[in-house]
Amino acid sequence: MSEKTKNGKKFDIASFLVNNALIILIIASAIFVGLQNPRFFSMANIKNLLANTSVRMVIALGISGVLIMRNNDLSAGRQVGLAGCICATLLQRMDYSGKVYPNMEPMNMWLVCILVMIGFALTIGLINGLVVSKLHVPAFIGSYGMQTIVYGIALIYTGAQPIGGLIPEYTNWAAGSFLNIQLIPNLAVVTAVVMVVMWFLYNHTPYGKKMYAIGGNPDAAEVSGINTTRMTIASYMIAASLFALAGFMLGAKAGGTSSNLANGYELFAIAGCTIGGVSVNGGTGKVSGILMGVLVFEILKIEMTFLGIDTAWTYIVQGIVIVVAIALDIRKYIAKR
Amino acid sequence: MSEYILEMKDICKSFPGVKALDHVSLQLKPGHVHSLMGENGAGKSTLMKCLFGIYKKDEGQIIYNGEEVTITDPFDALNKGIAMVHQELMPIRERSIAENIYCGRYPTKSYGPVKVIDHKKMYEDTQKLLDDLGLNFKATDKLGTLSTSQMQLVEICKAISANAKIIILDEPTSSLTQKEVDKLFEIVKQLTSRGCGVIYISHKMDEILKISDEVTIMRDGQYIGTWPAKGLTTDFIIAKEVGRELTDLYPPKVNTPGETVFEVKDFTSILDNSFKDCSFSVKRGEIYGVAGLVGAQRTELMEAIYGLRGKVSGTVTFDGKQLDIKCPEDAIKNGIALITEDRRARGIFGVLSITDNVAVASLNDYLKYRIMLDHKAINEVVDRSIGELSIKTPSPKEQIKNLSGGNQQKVIISRWLAKEPDVLIMDEPTRGIDVGAKYEIYSIIGRLAKEGKTIIVVSSEMPELIGICDRIMVMCEGRITGVVEGKDMNQEKIMELSTKFRS
Repeated sequence: MSEKTKNGKKFDIASFLVNNALIILIIASAIFVGLQNPRFFSMANIKNLLANTSVRMVIALGISGVLIMRNNDLSAGRQVGLAGCICATLLQRMDYSGKVYPNMEPMNMWLVCILVMIGFALTIGLINGLVVSKLHVPAFIGSYGMQTIVYGIALIYTGAQPIGGLIPEYTNWAAGSFLNIQLIPNLAVVTAVVMVVMWFLYNHTPYGKKMYAIGGNPDAAEVSGINTTRMTIASYMIAASLFALAGFMLGAKAGGTSSNLANGYELFAIAGCTIGGVSVNGGTGKVSGILMGVLVFEILKIEMTFLGIDTAWTYIVQGIVIVVAIALDIRKYIAKR
Repeated sequence: MSEYILEMKDICKSFPGVKALDHVSLQLKPGHVHSLMGENGAGKSTLMKCLFGIYKKDEGQIIYNGEEVTITDPFDALNKGIAMVHQELMPIRERSIAENIYCGRYPTKSYGPVKVIDHKKMYEDTQKLLDDLGLNFKATDKLGTLSTSQMQLVEICKAISANAKIIILDEPTSSLTQKEVDKLFEIVKQLTSRGCGVIYISHKMDEILKISDEVTIMRDGQYIGTWPAKGLTTDFIIAKEVGRELTDLYPPKVNTPGETVFEVKDFTSILDNSFKDCSFSVKRGEIYGVAGLVGAQRTELMEAIYGLRGKVSGTVTFDGKQLDIKCPEDAIKNGIALITEDRRARGIFGVLSITDNVAVASLNDYLKYRIMLDHKAINEVVDRSIGELSIKTPSPKEQIKNLSGGNQQKVIISRWLAKEPDVLIMDEPTRGIDVGAKYEIYSIIGRLAKEGKTIIVVSSEMPELIGICDRIMVMCEGRITGVVEGKDMNQEKIMELSTKFRS
């Protein structure tokens, strides 16, 4: 349908509606909820929405490269959780009684962030990539194994205790706004930078083109001289470093962490990507689309809270949205006969 | 009731970018063998797939036993008594012959309300069928233990066991030896004497003239005509198939082979039943053909040279320098390119644009600031390719899956030309491509050879190899059985070498 408009034939209102259904639906529902409860459009609510979306978006971007290459990473949420815990233990106040490393001065928060990102890429990301590409374990199973391993490590590392007493510098940063502009939380700035970097990587480097090629047709990619093993490992390493970044952001935002932090977030990330046009059959997906998908999810959640819908029901609605979105996506790829 | 068991009238079918069938008709009498002929891409298989319910026809009527029918899927077709033996087999290798034959319609017996599969009956019936047809397999043998040609015979048994009234044989002899072909013809005669109608698709003129009652010829998705087989000549059929004089089937030769540059020595596969001790050498600017029957391991040998398959021994030298090739990346770095046999599965990136499809192998050659892709340079190369190879597309941004087979192939050729390889291996470069595009591809091959590139063409179509190659190497059962050139390049000689190790 989109081809019609592209080819310069007459503008088709029906196809416009179908192609932009998601945006239209979200705007319409937001207006509806806003009319019911004007606080929906308040500064605080929008800032809250942006902060939530920022963390989720980084996770979704991390998993998107893996998904585009027809793999999957079910360990995403647990990785975010472990990274959050590690960051927190390194950024506890000296005067906090339950400090995990009682004699250690809190480190520089940005140094912690970078070390955790590199560390995760070189350990969990590398192992995930090797298991999937070298040992040929299906990504679904391999990353599921990693999910429980990482959770176990998080439990051991934290002693199954919550970690609090974070330095104010860290938590205030997450609560703060960019240049004191109330609407833009600091977290959103980090996410914006990550988005630009990923957009550049996906669209303007050989890495991106190779990624789409592998997703489009792995066998043809191999014949074309693309080292699929190296690419798969790279995708998991990039993913792991972004999960670590998300953990750093989430720990600061939550003001304290536990081994259960970010449990199950991979599913929201996968759903966000898919709703945003990352095909479950690989080969397609854009950064802008992923943002759309993640936003839809977050807006939907907040809308349901504002309408006073019971939490139990919000789970049911979210589940339906995921299934319907993927069913619609699959329709595009089922061979027409 | 009419005299026909089946009439297909004005069938039309379109795929994105191609009209595969344009008002095609076919009439089959009971007890007759009706041959369907035409070049690859003429629409024979598409027509049959419409009949068998694999594709849905866009327009037209199917009249079966005097009634108009709609066939929704292959299961429905089988229930109605229409069976098809596919060109590409769909074997379930890990299950027995009997289970393959009765797949989806297993005989059952009842224990009160519980229905279970009657294994005893299934194996007995299968054994009887195999014996009747004079095939010496056990019904309990795993299908995977048979050779490709034996599987094809089992596939034919499947059609017979379904008590089909119409049996479609789509190139059934492409991997059979002469003996097996004789066997098949006996089976076909048995079938027609029982009143079955057989639709027979083949490229082999002698077979067609021997077995058919009527011949229908198609070209580029159009119905050309139907004639009684008696009195037809090969020349007449070919002229109708290609629609022009025979002389322009292949472009005139323009290349002159130089000195020997590309040498392959002692290639042996890691698999037992694949290529063994294969050595050959090709000259600069030469078009070197590789012939053989299905299963001769030609593709496997080429892919091993390219680093896609494992080998226990074998060296490749170019211009006296030994090349170390462990994966396709190494092959490409050393100036070797491969165009794979199965274009859709391992050639094109369907969802990506033509531009991306062309650039995919040479991304690292178009960088600025070391990491950034130079889109302008890439677009220039793509535009040049579209012009030079006359690729028909609305725009370079078009998804490649929307192009016709011939244009897709040209895009893949452009992909490799962008790398300027010294050696270009093309595996079945014209499979599923219409006649006009074939001619263009032959011209491109000739031009590349003239520029001094070494070209290896693997093909199952002997006339094609004879038409364009300087020399032809023949393989049989994984071994090289000879290299023919000059006046030895004829179908009889090649066929003889292709079946050297077959009984």
